[in-house]
Amino acid sequence: MRYLPLTEADRSAMLGVIGAKSIDDLFVDVPAEARLSGPIAGLPLHASELAVERHMTRLAAKNLSAGAAPFFLGCGAYRHHVPASVDHIIQRGEFLTSYTPYQPEIAQGTLQVMFEFQSQIARLLGCDVANASMYDGSTACWEAITMARRVTKRAKAILSGGLHPHYVSVANTMAKYTGDQLVTSLPTLSPTPDTDDLIAQIDDDTSCVVVQYPDILGRIADLSKLAEAAHAKKALLIAVVTEPVALGAIKSPGEMGADIVVGEGQSLGVGLQFGGPYVGLFACSEKLVRQMPGRLCGQTVDAEGKRGFVLTLSTREQHIRREKATSNICTSSVLCALAMSVHMTLLGEKGLRDLAAINHAGASAAADRLAQVKGVDLITPTFFNEFTVKLSKEARPIVRALADKGILAGVSLGRLYPGIADLENGLVVAVTETTTQEDVETLASALEEALA
Amino acid sequence: MSIFYTEEHEWIAVEGGSATVGITDYAQAQLGDIVFVELPAAGRELTKGGDAAVVESVKAASDVYSPVTGQVTEANSALEEDPSLVNTAPEGAAWFFKLTLADPAELEGLMDAAQYKAFCDGL
Amino acid sequence: MSNINPSGWRPTTPQASGAAGDDVTFTGNRALMLEEALIFEIGSTETTGVDFGTAPRATSRLGGLERTDTIGLPGLSEPETVRHYTRLSRQNYAIDLGLFPLGSCTMKHNPRLNEKMARLPGFADIHPLQPVDTVQGALGVINELAQWLVTLTGMHGVAMTPKAGAHGELCGILCIKAALEARGEDRRVLLVPTSAHGTNPATAAFAGFTVEDIPATHDGRVDLEALKARLGPDVAGVMITNPNTCGLFERDMKAISDAVHAAGGYVYCDGANFNAIVGRVRPGDLGIDAMHINLHKTFSTPHGGGGPGSGPVVLSEALSPYGPLPFTELYADGHITLVEEETVGDRHPHTFGRMTAFQGQMGMFTRALTYILSHGADGLRQVAEDSVLNANYVLRAMEDVLDAPFAKSGPCMHEAIFSDKGLPEGFSTIDIAKGLIDEGFHPMTVYFPLVVHGAMLVEPTETESKATLDQFIGALRSVANRAKQGDPALKAAPALAPRRRLDETAAARKPVLVWKDAALAQAAE
Repeated sequence: MRYLPLTEADRSAMLGVIGAKSIDDLFVDVPAEARLSGPIAGLPLHASELAVERHMTRLAAKNLSAGAAPFFLGCGAYRHHVPASVDHIIQRGEFLTSYTPYQPEIAQGTLQVMFEFQSQIARLLGCDVANASMYDGSTACWEAITMARRVTKRAKAILSGGLHPHYVSVANTMAKYTGDQLVTSLPTLSPTPDTDDLIAQIDDDTSCVVVQYPDILGRIADLSKLAEAAHAKKALLIAVVTEPVALGAIKSPGEMGADIVVGEGQSLGVGLQFGGPYVGLFACSEKLVRQMPGRLCGQTVDAEGKRGFVLTLSTREQHIRREKATSNICTSSVLCALAMSVHMTLLGEKGLRDLAAINHAGASAAADRLAQVKGVDLITPTFFNEFTVKLSKEARPIVRALADKGILAGVSLGRLYPGIADLENGLVVAVTETTTQEDVETLASALEEALA
Repeated sequence: MSIFYTEEHEWIAVEGGSATVGITDYAQAQLGDIVFVELPAAGRELTKGGDAAVVESVKAASDVYSPVTGQVTEANSALEEDPSLVNTAPEGAAWFFKLTLADPAELEGLMDAAQYKAFCDGL
Repeated sequence: MSNINPSGWRPTTPQASGAAGDDVTFTGNRALMLEEALIFEIGSTETTGVDFGTAPRATSRLGGLERTDTIGLPGLSEPETVRHYTRLSRQNYAIDLGLFPLGSCTMKHNPRLNEKMARLPGFADIHPLQPVDTVQGALGVINELAQWLVTLTGMHGVAMTPKAGAHGELCGILCIKAALEARGEDRRVLLVPTSAHGTNPATAAFAGFTVEDIPATHDGRVDLEALKARLGPDVAGVMITNPNTCGLFERDMKAISDAVHAAGGYVYCDGANFNAIVGRVRPGDLGIDAMHINLHKTFSTPHGGGGPGSGPVVLSEALSPYGPLPFTELYADGHITLVEEETVGDRHPHTFGRMTAFQGQMGMFTRALTYILSHGADGLRQVAEDSVLNANYVLRAMEDVLDAPFAKSGPCMHEAIFSDKGLPEGFSTIDIAKGLIDEGFHPMTVYFPLVVHGAMLVEPTETESKATLDQFIGALRSVANRAKQGDPALKAAPALAPRRRLDETAAARKPVLVWKDAALAQAAE
């Protein structure tokens, strides 16, 4: 077996040193009835690299990859061009095959990356501090809600109807067990988000308001009034960003008064990967940092006075606080954070702004084109790179029919909100720098045909 | 003024109906460099043996229990600014909080200095 | 005060030995050991390493929310970017460089075939919300891996979506909670051994359970009689790590499970150490109800400096009905569907809900399946055997130099545990760990588990050769002997790494968590 270096001679020599007659002697503590005498029946035996590659390649070929089709899906995962050097860097063994930097003297590479990432994310989201990443956007969102409970000592969270339904679903699952009270609603196919409704619901029991920006339908709205209303009742505003590229074009939630900003970082550097691994973003104001979940890297000096970095404030975490920890989370998503950080470094502020401008212009042009199709109404007047149209027919079957023609048309709201009649004609369309004008034309013609 | 000690390494200095609480020199030595102290707000009602404060070193976090029942009158804000005081003056300037005594009888059963020293020597 | 510093780890402000004679160079570099500034110090907001075409003309629809301030994101050209991160990478230790014996972390070789397969566009470039007909191969990977995990563990079902080990623990515990609720029982207590990983009590508390310790016997295992005595109508179940964090197999596991089941509870097993028994023991045969599997440990998906992980949870028949959404379902005609909120209907009515957006760590599934297919049933069995053999070899080669508290309890599983007992005053586990760094090895897990004072937990894994182990043993014996002789130079180790001991106290007292322009920061003070 190519991954196992011990030879039979090594094994018998080592058994001799140990004083065991056979390998079975080392498994004596396993009760006899639970010991398996040989390889588990019914499972294949070891295979060559070539054979495995053939098997996996066959499976991969059964999928329609985004790059092979006109592609318009978003709703929490976005297709952007990732420069080749990003993947090169994350495949360096010193990053790929290292562990959580518990021994900082020989992990400065990962630690400095974490520190740079925290600094980039804090700036991008408009907050004082950010952590070294979470599992993904949906779990980061739930962690933010529980953090607001710890900070405000209140348990009622108001979730915007514009929040990604999977994120709401995750919060609902968790809240069942933690006793948090969640106020949720469905989105409506209206031009503006539910800001005013949210403001009206904030009361003295409210721990936080959670709003997505841009929201699930792609809409954007100023968060300042919402922040003021929340703060007036001593509640926190949590903003959720699932498309960080947007923040190269539109104001950050932090500068509009959000106390905690969480998000999904996948769209920068990480790739679609059918949903994971992704990278959760988590940022907040400095005064809340001790209530923040997740790993944090901090700057310090070594015994010779040289600058260095260490994991810090770890008494918040499970390995020390155990049942009193801020969260049970143990890992973050450092390799994905590295990919995101490298992509941001390659872009720089100038590149990010250019990228955002191209995304917005492309989406705006696509919205204009699709709105010309009979039976297609543009619902969202303001958006970044993703907008919602209302079709004259149910969107879900149309998306499936277009997929059969090799067009990945967008996300039907029927997939995200099953059984809601008011939403079933909604289609969310994302357009990025990877979308060509021909792609948009192909989609427009296909929709024309399908809706005729 | 009389000083008492708990088996959980808190000290309590009592003067009339009020008392001052901190952690002992033995405790700070076990913890190592203190990096953070979380103190109870004035007005909070504490119960004997209940959680009162948190003290953290880089690698450990410990809850500090109240040796008696009572209401917090003042917390030592100097510790929030400079937690290293707990290492340098644990039984002096680095007191944690002051409180009013609800029931002086609760002091019975706590150790005096000699008893506490013997207790630590036995650990 | 509660448990004062149970691990015994007391880091203090580092002391320099002054022996190294560094900084003799103009740059501060030492040949191949290169210093590297922060991107904020070398980049500029006007620099970019990416070329774009021009944006098409179109109406702006940003609603007056244009970002007008400077974000402050530095950019570098591509060559500068590659050099920056390459230089940083060289300050890291990694499995690719050498033995990485972190106990309970299973730092084994990460085959590059796994990386290659995960990057096939058919896996890497598909969207989680694509119509299921366009992602049959991806669902096929999930389904095939699920079959392997169920068969290898002898369990009934598997929840694939948890994002990491602790997330998997949460999934298993929520299944238990949901099952109890379905029975109309309000059991509040979970019994967890003191030797458990910190995530166990943290998870239990997160799910609203009260955690109570299970005592251990002197030989490092769960005290069956004490456990039995505590069982009752308020106990929801137990969380047990097997093999446990002292590196021992819980001999009484079946008896524990039977007793817990008889008392109406469920058995959660932390599968962090599954590597020791994969292919040789099926947890299902031991009465386990739920166990997470760290794909990044046993099945070699890379740790990446601290994630991403992946933590599927195998479930017993009793708990399977409560598993989370979404999951795959294979039809007789070979078509695979994804059961999520819209399709669940009455097919899985007892699900406790969704734990994460989308379908889980697909990129980790392709890697893990590639690894599993490479080994096959026979190779995986050999993995367990070689990992246990390597650990026992280290245990027996070290026990005359370092205190091995459970050496007399019999063979260890895939990790060997030592303590700081017998080291002279002033010397502790941390000094041995830092001494190993100078010898070119990553230290073992230190100060965990808490039940052993100054614990050192060594897990070599099966991908280390005998020659590497012999070299490691030589280095560890040398460092241990230096500690026992009170060598003062060891207190200042590492002397040869990119950094000396770092001041963790200062970092925690005045946290600096993001870069701030030095001039601005000064002005603010």
